[in-house]
Amino acid sequence: MNSRERPLSPHLSIYRWPITMTLSILHRVTGVALSIGFVMLAAWLLSATVGVDAYDHFANVMQSVGGRALLVLFSLAFFFHLANGVRHLIWDLGYGFEIPQANASSWVVLVVTILLTLLYWLVL
Amino acid sequence: MTDRSTPMARVLGYGSAKEGTGHWWTQRVSSVGILILGIWFLVAIARLPGLGHADLTEWLGSPVNAVLMLLLVMSVARHSDLGIQVIIEDYVHQPFAKVAAIVVSRFLHALLAAASVFAILSTAFR
Repeated sequence: MNSRERPLSPHLSIYRWPITMTLSILHRVTGVALSIGFVMLAAWLLSATVGVDAYDHFANVMQSVGGRALLVLFSLAFFFHLANGVRHLIWDLGYGFEIPQANASSWVVLVVTILLTLLYWLVL
Repeated sequence: MTDRSTPMARVLGYGSAKEGTGHWWTQRVSSVGILILGIWFLVAIARLPGLGHADLTEWLGSPVNAVLMLLLVMSVARHSDLGIQVIIEDYVHQPFAKVAAIVVSRFLHALLAAASVFAILSTAFR
């Protein structure tokens, strides 16, 4: 008989966190962030309607260091949600459900997110 | 009595929310719209000579830009509304609180959509 102590399942202390779960949570977190981004977009558009002073005030706030950092984070959230959203659409078509494929597409999404964000701020 | 309805008629409108696949499908369709319009918007504003009040007013004065912006904010409002609803349904279990939270979120999204549409149109016609 095998008397060696083997881990029981579920055994949370040696559980390996799958990358797919990180992406799933990030999709939700970035979704909420982008909803807040939508409020900012509406505020920006409304400030243009109110007048030049209101618009300039809003623009000055967004051009501060904190404002620029916020815009970069919003763009990062947008490109992640976009790339992972395409991954979801591919799943909806019935492709990519095998675990190795889902793991690989996780990394593709992360790389594409970084590349699109860098492309947007450095090239455009 | 024999049920003479088609399989499709029996399925449409059922499920726990009594609305069939409407929520799911609208979420997908709006996502494709935002995929296209969102990239267009980010590229368009990045390529403007500046982002001052005059630049934005002139840009929204173009009918193509104004119409595409209207489509973008309406798609985003719908997509965000549906997404936030799912999150509320996942985490708020008390029935009254859940429905109340969804209704508040829906009103806020309607407000955001109306305000954005008004802002785009009034700037476009300036």
